[in-house]
Amino acid sequence: MPVTITMPALSPTMTEGTLANWLVAEGENVSPGDMIAEIETDKATMEVEAIDDGVMGKILIPAGTENVAVNTPIAILLLEGEDAAALDGAAAAQPPPAAQAEAMAEPTPAAPAIPAVAAPSAPVPDAVAEIDVPPGTEMAATTVRDALRDAMAEEMRLDEDVFLMGEEVAEYQGAYKISQGMLAEFGDRRVIDTPITEHGFTGIAVGAAFGGLKPIVEFMTFNFAMQAIDQIINSASKTLYMSGGQMGCPIVFRGANGIASRVAAQHSQCYASWYAHCPGLKVVSPYTAADAKGLLKSAIRDPNPVIFLENELMYGHTFDVPVLDDYTVPIGKARIARPGSDVTIVAFSISVGWALEAAELLAADGISAEVVDLRSLRPIDMPTLLQSVAKTNRCVTVEEGWLACGIGAELSASIMEQAFDDLDAPVTRVGGADVPMPYAANLEKLAVPDAARIADAAKAVCYR
Amino acid sequence: MAKAAKSKATSSKASKSPARKRKAAEPPDISKDNIDDALGFYRQMLLIRRFEEKAGQMYGMGLIGGFCHLYIGQEAVVVGMQAAIDEGDTQLTSYRDHGHMLACGMEARGVMAELTGRIGGYSKGKGGSMHMFSREKNFFGGHGIVGAQVPIGAGLAFAHKYRGNGRISLTYFGDGSSNQGQVYESFNMAALWQLPVIFIIENNQYAMGTSLGRGSAQTELYRRGASIGIEGIQVDGMDVLAVKAASDEAVRHVRAGKGPILMEMKTYRYRGHSMSDPAKYRTKEEVQRVRAERDPIDQLREKLLKSGLTDEAALKTVDREVKDIVTDAAEFAQNSPEPDPSELYTDILMEA
Repeated sequence: MPVTITMPALSPTMTEGTLANWLVAEGENVSPGDMIAEIETDKATMEVEAIDDGVMGKILIPAGTENVAVNTPIAILLLEGEDAAALDGAAAAQPPPAAQAEAMAEPTPAAPAIPAVAAPSAPVPDAVAEIDVPPGTEMAATTVRDALRDAMAEEMRLDEDVFLMGEEVAEYQGAYKISQGMLAEFGDRRVIDTPITEHGFTGIAVGAAFGGLKPIVEFMTFNFAMQAIDQIINSASKTLYMSGGQMGCPIVFRGANGIASRVAAQHSQCYASWYAHCPGLKVVSPYTAADAKGLLKSAIRDPNPVIFLENELMYGHTFDVPVLDDYTVPIGKARIARPGSDVTIVAFSISVGWALEAAELLAADGISAEVVDLRSLRPIDMPTLLQSVAKTNRCVTVEEGWLACGIGAELSASIMEQAFDDLDAPVTRVGGADVPMPYAANLEKLAVPDAARIADAAKAVCYR
Repeated sequence: MAKAAKSKATSSKASKSPARKRKAAEPPDISKDNIDDALGFYRQMLLIRRFEEKAGQMYGMGLIGGFCHLYIGQEAVVVGMQAAIDEGDTQLTSYRDHGHMLACGMEARGVMAELTGRIGGYSKGKGGSMHMFSREKNFFGGHGIVGAQVPIGAGLAFAHKYRGNGRISLTYFGDGSSNQGQVYESFNMAALWQLPVIFIIENNQYAMGTSLGRGSAQTELYRRGASIGIEGIQVDGMDVLAVKAASDEAVRHVRAGKGPILMEMKTYRYRGHSMSDPAKYRTKEEVQRVRAERDPIDQLREKLLKSGLTDEAALKTVDREVKDIVTDAAEFAQNSPEPDPSELYTDILMEA
């Protein structure tokens, strides 16, 4: 039975990639360990190894094909004693592995047709993103990943005191490829690979900030910032106060926060409420690429410590970003991501995408939902939120993290205190299950909010 | 940063001696060449001693709150070190910080008024004993979390190197801090990046109530940087002239761009860890013996008189002047008003 070689996933979040190059031709022998193809994603290029002895029978996906979905058959390998006759129908007989089957839109075809497989959590296009720019401003489709890089590079060109440090930010180009090209442009004085030593390098960056520099510290993910949280809270956030205003700490701590995909409890957690709790910090968590760029530029210029919470699952998403010399978004200003009149859904980061999807579902049921993208979590733009609630009289909060003592709890209490008379229903919270993030695919799905749950909550507060 | 530094830090020096101990320079005798320095040291050490005694007294009267960690007994360390550096060099330490601030040239009035929590204090009364700073004097705290100042000190050195300004960072910490993980993280990066930092361990023998040997598997603290190629110097931290000689050498090493160096100052604190510590973990005789045999101020006083270059009367004048400064500071600290209630909500964020 010939072996069907399928498009491999290079990371937990990869759904498709480019088949860049075949390293063997049809008819050539391959042995286990031989490099047979090169696969590219926006993050990385990797080689595919053969795992069986055999002869390359048929290449199903030609080199250079983009957007090849994970698990698509890309070639057929003939095993010892098999000939080309065995190729007929071989690929069709190979079922996709069970775990991924659910994610596939349709059964994998044998022919090299490329199914467009949507990621389960893909947000709806951000069609109504309200960007505060002059009319007629040119827009460029940009990934969140590139927007973050552009923000850092622009600020580093403007200010010699700004530098980037973190694990794998320089030669590796960033663990999530955020800092691509930065080492080449700015050199190793300003784009600095650190050892894996979060507590130490965070302290060093804080000291450099006290010394007048403006560090950008990349945490590969915010999970690892727990090693360094003493320096963030006790040193960076409190010293201005403890010094009677002498010791400002202009520093940005940025990196992937929140839920990832299939990496379980230690690598999949939202820290928004941890940092938003603390005076002396500013906390930002953008959803769109335009906000990622505009807010990161503002964060770098801010004379205070800013926690900049990104989301790994958003890095590859594309949004319009204004083509302007200096596009900034003010910290502390929320955004109406979708106007509506019946219920306010307030969210931040990746959950804005779920909220927008929920708004679509609700529209089908005749409910007009307004989606507020908080963008900043400290300070929170209560005026914008209260204005929305005054209009809709109902509010659902959404977050990835645990509800206990969370962002939704804070919003709910603030709305109750400041707009009690506007409410026609209790504020309702949607958030992550109150458990460490499970690994199993089905359990993980249950632990993470989605559009359906948000829509259900919105219907409930509308008494529908 | 400098990748070339890696080989330098790991190869050339590491092969010389496993202990990585540099012999401390011999302290000079007092002569016409250094009499002015020596008199200055005497005055500064005495100022710290009298200031701390007064602080202890005021704490007992309820004028100073919270934690208050006195530096009595360790004065030679900071006075000798500070004498070796230049204006523009930065320094920071732990919460046992009053002596460092006075040695940096910060006003006794402002330090004492911070202890009493008054607006005239260096942090407007909002930091207290453990958290004081002076940008003007390049004193970067005053840090309350054991060991947390060590990476920050390395970070100040990072800023110096980044700017290429020729400045160095003095980073003080205790034998207790020397077991914190972030201290070694800092050692590693300081050596890797050849940062201009002097790590100064003030080994006063007790981490709060835990004697050195009960908390440290390696009690020769100057060896703590050996595995990553940081040279160590062990110094008699009760002899200010020895500290000055050793620190001159350390400053030369670091300022020449040769990367970090580690100094272990063998010293002793006479008082408890903080004001509320009855110090039952050591005998009164042990403290008395150090006071009688190794007191940094008495030792210097004896040498000064023996040199014949000064006399009792001149030293008495210094005593009186120091006493006046401390009395004035204590009065100021009691008369300075408490911070206005409006200060509660200032200095949390800077204007963006």
